[in-house]
Amino acid sequence: MANKLIVAPAPHVQSDRSTALIMRDVVIALIPALAVSTYVFGVDVLFVTAVSVLACVLFEYLIQKFLVGGALTINNWSAVVTGVLLAFNLPASIPWWIVVIGALVSIGIAKMTFGGIGKNPFNPALVGRVFLLLAYPVQMTSFPTVEGCDALSGATMLAAVKQGAVGFDALGIQNLLIGTMPGSMGEVAALALLLGFVYLLWRKVITWHIPVTILGTMAVFAFLVALTRGGGALLWQMPLFHVLAGGALLGSIYMATDYSSSPMTVKGGVIFAFGIGVITMLIRLWGAYPEGMSFAILIMNSVVPLINKYVKPKRFGVK
Amino acid sequence: MRTFPIGGVHPSANKLSAGKPIEVLPLPDVVNIPLGQHIGAPAVAKVAKGDKVLTGQLIAEAGGFMSANIHSPISGTVTAVGPQVNAQGLRQPMITIKREGDDWVETIDRSETLIKECTLDSKQIIEKIKAAGIVGMGGATFPTHVKLSIPPGKKAEILIINGVECEPYLTSDHRTMLERGEELLVGVTILMKAINVTHAVIGIENNKPDAIAHLQKLATGYKGVEVMPLQVRYPQGGEKQLIAAVTGRQVPPPPALPIDVGAVVCNASTTVAVYEAVQKNKPLIERVVTITGKSVKNPRNLRTRMGTPISMLLEAGGGIPENTGKIINGGPMMGRAMVNLESPVTKGCSGITVMSGKDAVRREPSQCIKCAKCVAACPMGLEPYLMAKLAQKHGWDSLEENMITSCIECGCCQSSCPSYLPLLDWVRLGKQTVMGRIRARAAAAKAKAEAAKAAEAEAKK
Amino acid sequence: MEVLFYTILTLCALGVLAAVILYFVAQKFRVEEDPRIDEVEKMLPGANCGGCGFAGCHGMADALVKNDDISSLFCPVGGGECMKAVAKYLGKAAAEKEPQVATVRCGGTCEKRPRTSQFDGTKSCAVASALYVGETDCAFGCVGYGDCVDACNFDALHMNPETGMPTVDPDKCVACGACVSACPKHIIELRKKFPKNRAVYVGCVSKDKGAVVMKACKAGCIGCGKCVKTCPFGAITLIDNVAWIDSSKCKLCRKCVNECPTGAIKLVGMDPLPKTPKVAPAKPVVAAAKPATAAPAAAKPAAAPAEKPATSEEKSQTPVQATPVQETPAKEASKAAPAVEKTEEK
Repeated sequence: MANKLIVAPAPHVQSDRSTALIMRDVVIALIPALAVSTYVFGVDVLFVTAVSVLACVLFEYLIQKFLVGGALTINNWSAVVTGVLLAFNLPASIPWWIVVIGALVSIGIAKMTFGGIGKNPFNPALVGRVFLLLAYPVQMTSFPTVEGCDALSGATMLAAVKQGAVGFDALGIQNLLIGTMPGSMGEVAALALLLGFVYLLWRKVITWHIPVTILGTMAVFAFLVALTRGGGALLWQMPLFHVLAGGALLGSIYMATDYSSSPMTVKGGVIFAFGIGVITMLIRLWGAYPEGMSFAILIMNSVVPLINKYVKPKRFGVK
Repeated sequence: MRTFPIGGVHPSANKLSAGKPIEVLPLPDVVNIPLGQHIGAPAVAKVAKGDKVLTGQLIAEAGGFMSANIHSPISGTVTAVGPQVNAQGLRQPMITIKREGDDWVETIDRSETLIKECTLDSKQIIEKIKAAGIVGMGGATFPTHVKLSIPPGKKAEILIINGVECEPYLTSDHRTMLERGEELLVGVTILMKAINVTHAVIGIENNKPDAIAHLQKLATGYKGVEVMPLQVRYPQGGEKQLIAAVTGRQVPPPPALPIDVGAVVCNASTTVAVYEAVQKNKPLIERVVTITGKSVKNPRNLRTRMGTPISMLLEAGGGIPENTGKIINGGPMMGRAMVNLESPVTKGCSGITVMSGKDAVRREPSQCIKCAKCVAACPMGLEPYLMAKLAQKHGWDSLEENMITSCIECGCCQSSCPSYLPLLDWVRLGKQTVMGRIRARAAAAKAKAEAAKAAEAEAKK
Repeated sequence: MEVLFYTILTLCALGVLAAVILYFVAQKFRVEEDPRIDEVEKMLPGANCGGCGFAGCHGMADALVKNDDISSLFCPVGGGECMKAVAKYLGKAAAEKEPQVATVRCGGTCEKRPRTSQFDGTKSCAVASALYVGETDCAFGCVGYGDCVDACNFDALHMNPETGMPTVDPDKCVACGACVSACPKHIIELRKKFPKNRAVYVGCVSKDKGAVVMKACKAGCIGCGKCVKTCPFGAITLIDNVAWIDSSKCKLCRKCVNECPTGAIKLVGMDPLPKTPKVAPAKPVVAAAKPATAAPAAAKPAAAPAEKPATSEEKSQTPVQATPVQETPAKEASKAAPAVEKTEEK
């Protein structure tokens, strides 16, 4: 034994799951939704996603290389995740340059300004999306029509229902699950998103608490509102509709669970998720926008430091 | 199947030597016996250079209430009493003995016959355990007689025997339970008598089905002894975790002790040592040590005399493998990496783990991604990410509020971190500093109270 | 128009209401403080380094104002000047202290002290030294991960990549003591600051016995005690196998430097004395008889004695010159004494 002995404090074993592997798992979990989306909206989906991912990675690289310095983190896949999620929040028909601007806001403003991965207080992809929604409202809300649901003529289900154009049952559960309806690229394919959720749970990337609490809160909220509106078939139609339509699944499974912008404890996560569910429903039912998931998540993101400070894990031996 | 309530991880078990029967390591020619092999005050040497000693003879006496006797593991001549380099490269007082044959003290019964009957009362048993210098052999090295002396006002309700051995690689307790089951069970009854309880539970993780089956079969002959299989989860062998797994009771944060929830925990090997001490008059002079590691040619379990140089164990395992990086005294989760291979086997040394190649080197850390895996893994319900950050910034008061003194240094946080952050390095530093501050505060308060008392007495005069 | 009017009215009313609330809150929670505390704080350097023992300059100012006797309080950053000004303002007697400088008492450079293991944990001296001996065999020496550098608020400490050890910039060091408490090995000491940053100190704190020290490090103090015997001012003591020079007694005569067999005694800002000058054993004229006069002078002139051997003429002019002459008998005495290793006295 020619070498010097290596000495380090215990433990002497490390996780076999690196940050890059975890982020790659998230990308893998998003692939089914990407496939369904491509089927529904055509190859535009792949183009927009590719532009978004490339722009995100490139911006992260440039900012680290020329502005902030430090070790490069583009090989940890986190920029790829942001890119895919940003694309999933856009309509398939969006011009490519808007996607690039969105990526710049996501990475440049929402992520790198705060110190990069793990330090962003808000979900970068959502900041990018909300920025685009406010800056380019026309392009962001004109969705390509989808075969099979002409009734909506390019409006999302949520918008159509909110305007009173159609009822909750206009599409039927089948379409809601498969995703043959207008909307952002990634939000329509409910079943594919749930498949990804199962994968993430299996790989222990996330726990079930945040998504299930958000969806549960929304369902209960919708149920209570349905009660005041006369009950009947609404009692199950309305909760089911609100959980499946719009960005509820995409937001609760993939965006609200973003590590750095969600609380560190399970208890805190449940409080955070409950807040998201309630705010989403408030906006959806009485707000100016048909969809409130992104705003709800961003609002609750801002409360996370407070939750982390006051909501402590259950300490061993303390009653 | 039961387990502890919060956190925990599943490191790969790697119990390479589980199927290897215990063998006896040849006697070393020279032994170094450290005077501090236990928690508490070091023992005081009772021999001097040139003295002849017998195997099992007392060579150092407990240096206080929290201390333990030390006996000679071989017979021969004391060649030195003074500082020697220990496993961490630091100089520590040791007694060096050169071996001449192997002559035992006459009172020790070296026969294999099982003696079940024990007519001694609680006090006598504890006295015998104290005389034999028995300490916790799982690694914590807490003097056993102190643990068994129930403080006034407290009452023990249950005895828990720790056969969990949750640390990866190590198998010495496992083999001891398999091969010395009868002795273990007699030891259990002796301990039950010592702390005056009627119920004892032997907790064994479910990855040792042979040991569970073996002891369950034997335990039918012993009243009040139950063998409880436990779910496999690290750090179940931690005292507090084991109590919670077996009884469902949680020991409150320090300074509370297991006895506050009526439990006394004793390691399986220690229990066998108790049997030997009480029934055979044999002091703690040898133990089973696992020599293991993926690169070790012949991983095995060896009955080793205390003070044997660790290099002898490595030799018995087939020599030090090529590209060895780290040699750990203990297992990979809580063991201490060593620099001096000539350092001796001590009472708390349950294994030597060799790590080689990439396994021996920490991976490059990256930024914390706040994944909260450390929080989920912490069996004490702490927030390692926060404590590590606070310790780096010297936020001692905040650390105390966040209960850093509860940390058991199990390593779950660091071993589950996907960013490979050295969380426990900082947490340990923070814990040491905070404990120091608490002690200093207590000392200051005591001094102040004494000064006030003195002033009062003065005034009275 | 009406809307505008009501809006303005509402806002004004809100403003007035808030002002009234604020007024009463301010009255209720007002903190009475001696205005002199603020004044004194302004006079202090404002580094908030904690070198005085308080959490920051405000705490120090508070103590300065409230205590009648401030002789035990001293701001190492501001120094005597600052303390004088404060004392004048408060009309109290100021503490006087000689200026000090942090000194790293370890000579175990990469070259002198071989690395025998590789530390793979967090690069922090506190973490490494809590775990084990460190990358070298010396349990007392510098660990080399720069906890002191991190602790320094004044950019006065830097790691030297060549030696693997920190170096102090004496011009920037304010002797706040942050590094002293940051060093887990207690290597750094605040020593008297001599003019032109000159210094003589023992660059080793190892309490190990000589043989052990020599095995681990070529620059360690082996506790032979030669320097103790050589020192004409009684400034050197040998405790626990390690020599220590009391900087308040040291006159920078540098004799000990040449005596030290391992080079553990470090000399800064001066040339060493010439090695064993071949001068016939002259009578120690001035020598130990008048250390008082020799002392202050020794500190002043630069490396005068090193330039040429002393002559009796010069000797009478500058007392410093006494040193080389005086050295010879001491040298001989030490030769007679058993060489190297530890002396019996311990």
